[in-house]
Amino acid sequence: MIYKNTLAALSRGLAEKKFSSEELTHYYLARIATLDTELNSMITVTAEQALVEAKLADQRRAQGKAGALTGIPIAHKDIFCTNQVRTSCGSKMLDNFVAPYDATIVTRLKDAGMVMLGKTNMDEFAMGSSNETSFYGPCKNPWNLNCVPGGSSGGSSAAVAARLVPMATATDTGGSIRQPAALCGISGLKPTYGRVSRFGMIAFASSMDQGGIMATSAEDIALVLNEMAGFDEKDSTSVDIPVPDYTAELNQSLQGLRIGLPEQYFRDLEPSMAAVMDTTIQELKKLGATIHTVQLPNVNLSVPVYYVLAPAECSANLSRFDGVRYGYRCDHPKDLLDLYQRTRAEAFGAEVKRRILIGTYVLSAGHYDAYYIQAQRARRLIANDFAKVFSEVDVILSPTSPNVAFKFGEKAQDPVSMYLSDIYTIAANLAGLPGISIPAGFLHNLPVGLQLVGQHFAESRLLNIAHQFQQVTDWHNAMPKMATTVD
Amino acid sequence: MEWEAVIGLEVHTQLSTRSKIFSGASTAYGATPNSQACMVDLAFPGVLPVLNYAVVEMALKFGIAAQAEINRISAFDRKQYFYPDLPKGYQISQFHTPIVGKGYLDIELPSGTIKRVGITRAHLEEDAGKSLHDVIPHMSGIDLNRASTPLLEIVSEPDMRSAEEAVTYLKTLHALVTYLGICDGNMQEGSFRCDANVSVRPKGSTTFGTRSEIKNVNSFRYVEKAIQYEIQRHIEILEQGGVILQETRLYDDASNTTRSMRSKEAANDYRYFTDPDLLPVFISDEMLAQAHAAMPELPWEKLNRFQESYGLSAYDAKILTANRTLAAYFEEVVRLAQAPAKLVANWVTVELAAALNKANLSIEQCPVSAEQLAGLIARIHDETISGKIAKTVFEALWQGAGSADQIIEQKGLRQMTDTNALAAVIDQILAENPEQLLAYRSGKDKLFGFFVGQVMKATQGQANPKQLNDLLLKKLND
Repeated sequence: MIYKNTLAALSRGLAEKKFSSEELTHYYLARIATLDTELNSMITVTAEQALVEAKLADQRRAQGKAGALTGIPIAHKDIFCTNQVRTSCGSKMLDNFVAPYDATIVTRLKDAGMVMLGKTNMDEFAMGSSNETSFYGPCKNPWNLNCVPGGSSGGSSAAVAARLVPMATATDTGGSIRQPAALCGISGLKPTYGRVSRFGMIAFASSMDQGGIMATSAEDIALVLNEMAGFDEKDSTSVDIPVPDYTAELNQSLQGLRIGLPEQYFRDLEPSMAAVMDTTIQELKKLGATIHTVQLPNVNLSVPVYYVLAPAECSANLSRFDGVRYGYRCDHPKDLLDLYQRTRAEAFGAEVKRRILIGTYVLSAGHYDAYYIQAQRARRLIANDFAKVFSEVDVILSPTSPNVAFKFGEKAQDPVSMYLSDIYTIAANLAGLPGISIPAGFLHNLPVGLQLVGQHFAESRLLNIAHQFQQVTDWHNAMPKMATTVD
Repeated sequence: MEWEAVIGLEVHTQLSTRSKIFSGASTAYGATPNSQACMVDLAFPGVLPVLNYAVVEMALKFGIAAQAEINRISAFDRKQYFYPDLPKGYQISQFHTPIVGKGYLDIELPSGTIKRVGITRAHLEEDAGKSLHDVIPHMSGIDLNRASTPLLEIVSEPDMRSAEEAVTYLKTLHALVTYLGICDGNMQEGSFRCDANVSVRPKGSTTFGTRSEIKNVNSFRYVEKAIQYEIQRHIEILEQGGVILQETRLYDDASNTTRSMRSKEAANDYRYFTDPDLLPVFISDEMLAQAHAAMPELPWEKLNRFQESYGLSAYDAKILTANRTLAAYFEEVVRLAQAPAKLVANWVTVELAAALNKANLSIEQCPVSAEQLAGLIARIHDETISGKIAKTVFEALWQGAGSADQIIEQKGLRQMTDTNALAAVIDQILAENPEQLLAYRSGKDKLFGFFVGQVMKATQGQANPKQLNDLLLKKLND
């Protein structure tokens, strides 16, 4: 029953020598082998390498040099470059790409002694909210295999929810950590833009991409963030301010906490979802929080603004995939143009192509001012709304997603309805704010996520609230039946 | 109809940094293909550019020298197009806000007139790699060593009216960037590349004609020829009632013509937008003050000083300050020789320049060090040797025969200073040539030169010419 442990509990178990890292690694690899054939949460499993790393972690422990994370298994979203391991980004384009280096966060967590079990499934180039755009087939939701796990980090959220790994890295450009965390009933943190290095993370929309953490508790996230956060000279947009101990404030009281409910987010909420939120709010009140209605007058622009800016950035970021230096190349190109056209036509999926086309269009001569510049102005307005609200309250609360997990195919043919599933998460990316999603109940036997968004670099506060909530609720301990079928 | 040419230049100066503008790879020229391209230059998935701030200091120096507006906040943009030697599919450049804004450069035309040429802007950007189409049969090779090499693109106003003016501007700019130490100026290696925008219009017109752009001409001479050709081509087309196409053209030095490369219609929409991977560049008061403090003496400042403190002619000063190394060489010789600057200037601009020119060497490659030349000039100045003998000594110096003093000793070239010895030689010559002596004394003054020659011959040139003149004259008239 090791799988029932949080990362924090596993860390104590390792310290108390209840099990070794090698045993833990074997154990989780066996769970992956049994459950993931159906779940499809992993693109690559690095069993051999994991066992080598586990032995090293055990040696390190024997030498008395172990830290809190030493010997704990981890899975990385397949968007992070991992040295000598395929890094596909969920795309045919990079199916044959073996990264020659580690992303900064991969290095940091490796240095902390974590043991990588493999690379998790994802929407192609992180573009999607359901995992259905993955070249490797969709990952499924362990709560209901007919439902999507969310996206783009659906592989990481499904793997953590099914307890195939105690934690996984993920990335969030418009909600790609928080929405799948919500749909799979786990905790997921998107840190402040600049808090975690982007070096080695394959870029989708550079001004919004942010690496983060998925785990089963806020405390686990705090433990990992301690090692993952911090300035990186290889990423000019990472911020050079000290990294606090994120576990230090977990047990702080919530007395006097001011929570804002954006009127715009609650206006059209489905009654059943509103009821879950209400229960949650009552719990937080009991913990000492006060509730305030706040206004984000421009937040309704978030989705359209995002779908101008993110495609614009991605249209440039994905130009490097040209079949010249690495990755997919079409057979027998006639000439240079044919090489470009067929390579990209054959190796990019439909959603990626759609976004490259949108992005190319909005940056084109004659459209740049009307779309790109206008969207940048609206982005500023949205960020200003948040700045104003944070002079009134400490955090903003909302559902993470308007709905629970939906069925495969339900939104795949309608991009706009798919885009709207990120309606509550996108604004935080536009404003660069940290956000966390934590389990807050169930609807139709599927998990509901609660989102908290804080001021820049308020990760400690968000984790504190989430942790306190998890001390008085049990939602985060709920597990899909699938997870309990094997030990 | 009388035509007037309108020319503006875009010059790509490669900044002399050791590492690239956005990566830590080396910028050294001539390495094995792709041996100096790191993951960032190769645009691997997940890598990010990091600005090398040395380029900012260099751009500031140029901006200060060009009396230009410095944009306290500038930013990098992505210029998007697909080409195999552009690994990211975009070039990082400064489009919307260049670091250096409007400024100017005063140039001295061969006529002596000073002309002010406006600088529109100067912006930082990365270079692309190189495509090689003739190295591997049936395939194209890509060398990414040059990818992400730092460039400062300096754009002039269309202020020049002839090929000659354009080349004068280019030479002035070349001297400036090499003086500033921000560019090695090596045109063969592509460190200083010029694109010329050329159009013509009826003289007196205030509107511009359609322009063509001549790409990447890599010597001053070719720039001049290419522009001359292009002006003539425009005039011929217009006089025949034709229309100039806005296009990019390449200069072919073998045929001395330009040919069309691509037309404006086929031009790319570069879809510029600010690069979200890089922060804006902020220039603080402190950075600006540091750049001012680090400014070297500028070419025109040195030109003035050479005239004022060395008393040189404008002509000599101009030649000596045309090149920073040459100017430094000259100053070093003056300092070491303790001789009049005019004497040193003559030696450097005449004898040394001729020898370098003959051997096709630059001042940087000069086999005679400043110390060696100073040793020679010191001996001329203290009259140990004559100017004529000095030329012999200089030749030996050039051949690497040692110091001037060693050569003078070894070859016994020391000038005769003993008046009695010289008088004896003169007496002997007069005695040996009675007929000439008689002729001279009966009025054939021209024979004076004959006697001088004979004495010089007898003394192997070591007679002090002035002493010889005085003494000979005295004896002839005795």
